[in-house]
Amino acid sequence: MDSPRSAAWAGIKAQIPGTLGIIPFGLITGAASNAAGIDPWFAFVLSIIVYAGAAQLAAISLIAQHAPATVLLLTVTVINLRMLMYSAAVAPLFQHLNWRWKAAIGYTLTDNAFALMLAKFDRNSPHANSHWFYAGAAGYLWVVWQTTVGLGIFGGSKLPDSWNMEFAIPLFFLSLLLPALRTRCHWTTAVVAGLASIFTVALPFKLGLLVAAFVGMATGLLCEYRVKNNE
Amino acid sequence: MSEQAWLWVLMLVMGAITFAIRTAFLILPASTKLPETLERALKYVVAAVLPALVIPDVLFRAPPLGWAFDPVRLIAAAVAVGVALWTKNVLATLASGMAVLWLLKWLAWF
Repeated sequence: MDSPRSAAWAGIKAQIPGTLGIIPFGLITGAASNAAGIDPWFAFVLSIIVYAGAAQLAAISLIAQHAPATVLLLTVTVINLRMLMYSAAVAPLFQHLNWRWKAAIGYTLTDNAFALMLAKFDRNSPHANSHWFYAGAAGYLWVVWQTTVGLGIFGGSKLPDSWNMEFAIPLFFLSLLLPALRTRCHWTTAVVAGLASIFTVALPFKLGLLVAAFVGMATGLLCEYRVKNNE
Repeated sequence: MSEQAWLWVLMLVMGAITFAIRTAFLILPASTKLPETLERALKYVVAAVLPALVIPDVLFRAPPLGWAFDPVRLIAAAVAVGVALWTKNVLATLASGMAVLWLLKWLAWF
């Protein structure tokens, strides 16, 4: 982490386990656009321009159903709304950078990249090379995503369902979550957010994630408030 | 405009919306102070978002199959949590979770 190059390498290495679950997801997203009868090049350029898995899948199925433009745009907006939270959370790490860096960081800000950054760095005391770590991690993820989506679209490749490789995604997030639970209030937040996500699982457009995260953060604040008052 | 051309325009708009959402807080000038409550809530963003991402994937089968409870995934994840707490190693966590999942699926097959 002493030089830009070593920080970028560290980012790539840290992201390797995270991409194991992304490979089947990318292949499925590519294959889904074929199954929906979408023009292959349109699907591939969409992946590059939008670069957001869940939103891409929803957009493909809505386009295939000839949904109205407003429905399409609203759906993509709501599904991606969670990234507003990610943007606020990682912003202090990148405040000192120029607009080109900020644009590139924003474009590649995914669930994975956000979780990895906040697991590795304290948002209130940025490391001098944290943006290079991000460049390695998020850049590598971008290449893996576009490659697997492309293989799914143009090659029809798919991993056998029986491998269940997509299960690597929650496992990777669990390994990032546990070290982040530093205080009792962090634990309370996690338990309440997890419970809330069970009750909101049937909500469409990833709204369950948004509601559960909001309830969890409110719990964290309340917990902190109570701890302070008891001191 | 042909329908095909219209779809390409919509694609660009979708990209612009997504980009705007993701860069919203990044492009604020360094001197901007967020409201204190928001700033404090963001300390808990990882502890709140990750369980909300993980728990549905661990308890239920993939959504296309209709949110059926899947004990095999729960057991595999529980073992992975144990390994994560014990080794603090990401690859060991992934390997143990996947191994338990495969083993249980293989046993259930008989």
